[in-house]
Amino acid sequence: MKASWVAENKSVETSLVSGAELFIQGLQNENVEVLFGYPGGAVLPIYDALYKSEMKHVLTRHEQGAIHAAQGYARVTGKPGVVLATSGPGATNLVTGIADAMIDSIPLVIFTGQVATTVIGTDAFQEADIVGITMPITKHNYQVQRAEDLPRIMKEAFHIANTGRKGPVLIDIPKDVAVRTAEVKEVSAIYLPGYQPTLKPNILQVKRLNEALLQAKRPVLLTGAGVLAASAEKELLVFAEYHQIPVAQTLLGLGGFPAEHPLCLGMAGMHGTYASNMALYDCDLLIGVGARFDDRLTGNLDHFAKRAVVAHIDIDPAEIGKNVPTEIPIVGCAKETLSALNQTRGDKGDYSDWISQLTQFKSEFPLTYKTDVSELKPQKLMQILHDVTKGEAIVSTDVGQHQMWAAQYYTFLEPNRWITSGGLGTMGFGFPAAIGAKVGKPELPVIAVVGDGGFQMTLQELGVLQDWELPVIVVIVNNKSLGMVRQWQEIFYEKRFSHSLLDIQPDFIKLASAYGIDGKRAETESDVREALTLALASKKPFVLDCVVTADENVYPMIAPGKGLHEMIGVRG
Amino acid sequence: MRRIISATVLNESGVLNRLTGLLTKRQFNIENITVGHTEDPAVSKVTLTVWVEDDRKAEQLVKQLHKQINILKVRDLTNMSLVSRELALIKVLTTPDTRSEIKMLIEPFRATVLDVSLENVTLEVTGDGEKIDALIELLRPYGIKEISRTGVTAIPRGTQKKVLEFHPYSIM
Repeated sequence: MKASWVAENKSVETSLVSGAELFIQGLQNENVEVLFGYPGGAVLPIYDALYKSEMKHVLTRHEQGAIHAAQGYARVTGKPGVVLATSGPGATNLVTGIADAMIDSIPLVIFTGQVATTVIGTDAFQEADIVGITMPITKHNYQVQRAEDLPRIMKEAFHIANTGRKGPVLIDIPKDVAVRTAEVKEVSAIYLPGYQPTLKPNILQVKRLNEALLQAKRPVLLTGAGVLAASAEKELLVFAEYHQIPVAQTLLGLGGFPAEHPLCLGMAGMHGTYASNMALYDCDLLIGVGARFDDRLTGNLDHFAKRAVVAHIDIDPAEIGKNVPTEIPIVGCAKETLSALNQTRGDKGDYSDWISQLTQFKSEFPLTYKTDVSELKPQKLMQILHDVTKGEAIVSTDVGQHQMWAAQYYTFLEPNRWITSGGLGTMGFGFPAAIGAKVGKPELPVIAVVGDGGFQMTLQELGVLQDWELPVIVVIVNNKSLGMVRQWQEIFYEKRFSHSLLDIQPDFIKLASAYGIDGKRAETESDVREALTLALASKKPFVLDCVVTADENVYPMIAPGKGLHEMIGVRG
Repeated sequence: MRRIISATVLNESGVLNRLTGLLTKRQFNIENITVGHTEDPAVSKVTLTVWVEDDRKAEQLVKQLHKQINILKVRDLTNMSLVSRELALIKVLTTPDTRSEIKMLIEPFRATVLDVSLENVTLEVTGDGEKIDALIELLRPYGIKEISRTGVTAIPRGTQKKVLEFHPYSIM
């Protein structure tokens, strides 16, 4: 009797594991392949468990690098990016990336260390109320109070991050919770009564949209990141081709519809194409799919799709009617909704006049710039990038002029090749995001297109390229200025270039070399072609510093407060 | 216009912070807010009064609140037939002459005297906001020392009018 009691007791004892071990198990349960992180005091127990595990961990050189890398990873793989950072400054360094992921709906699960529960609230060393700080910029967040809660919280967090409208979820783990032990238990099914995203569209609204399509003479589709998040590219293509509806795309929606398709009008918005913007201005039926009618897209709302019946397909009901009055609201995931539309399709409308008008706009007013062989034009640079990579590369950018040129001239033929900071407009995003993308999709070439300003915000991540020998190619679009700021100062502030010119800058090639990375400075088109071809073949990291026309501006452009029909610089 | 929104929330720490933070972020100004337990101890009910410009903003507010993971249900009660109550505690200065006068004055309001001292009385009154405002105005000439109001709590009536006057900006 006594022996069996001991044995029983022993088995209970061995099934007790620490919070840190539960954390590792939770990651394994969610099939997490890689963590992006940075250690520190409050996460020492977790890093110790990590040391003993097989889990892959990419050590970035700054927490901001870790979270942007996780964003890049999530963007190309469709899986949540996982981040680990310590308490206090470690956690607050993540804030920009969390806000970026929130506004661009990128699924992330972020783990932060916290001071022990016994000292929370005492202004302890490296204590910051990260749950309070990130409340408005996360889809949801948690602080774990007991080790036994961790498995359930992790399961919920991964579910919340990657379903519905995707987004960042933060889990704050106090140090003592990671140390304390709990029994390993099977986590029961997720129970979240307050979270039940609608995926299937209301069939009555689908019917109404089909009817509206018959009535319409000038329909246009506006497709956004929701198409990519739902992997609805095929359904979109079928829908657009069957009805012959032209497609305008948002910045984040690029790649959701093939750029060279005859129905594709290109990017819409502040620096969008004439055809796209005029289609949105003049249409009589606007079908938004997974796009949120952001101000950079719509311009002045008083002139946006004024004569149109607006149909809006979105997984987030709060987006419908937020900025643009909507007659046909359809809450649902883009994939399910477009398939429902394809299944219930009836007669087709005749839009041939409309399409020929827009096709004429496309050929008459294409994106254009003044060519000058004596200089390297940034627009040409993007076209060369496309040529040399055959449009197959994953391209990531920061925010600003180089971002717009990449969006305009790289010509995205396939989905999930475009990573950019859209909503938040984060400088320093592109390079670490490219690192994450390369980790997620090692088989594809990855190019970080960055400005000389933005690159200097996160260039410490060159250390990661060196460390992992990741063949990411960094293309610096170097105009020795904060180009977009300079452009606005030129146009709207009578050329008072207040603190936007970066004449003093490091020698980026020497800098790369200090990290053991090859680099080259390119001043002509042939320099770029040569260096890029070599870099792609070498399968090694590379920094290409491209000296481009310094005072080049992004056109066409819609000035703030103006409508989509009031574009300037339509012809170069 | 003034709107009464009722939110059923999970009784977890931080929920109220999440809710009010969301209102701040979207620039809604809370006039008053009440929170309390419901018939289910795991669930609390928040009733808040906000000033909203138009129906579109009101719809946006309800939708944004509904997006929160630990908010279970959100209802805009404004155009519903409902019973709503607010409680106020009012401390009024008195003299021996005015004490009985005040007692008579408050009678139609069904206010009760909770505490009496030599210089003042403390009254309790329940009702809708307008009734409380009216009583306060009546008492003001005597000298009000202190007022503490709870804010509105509300519940829809068991029977609702058939015609819904509220036209949602977009129908889900």
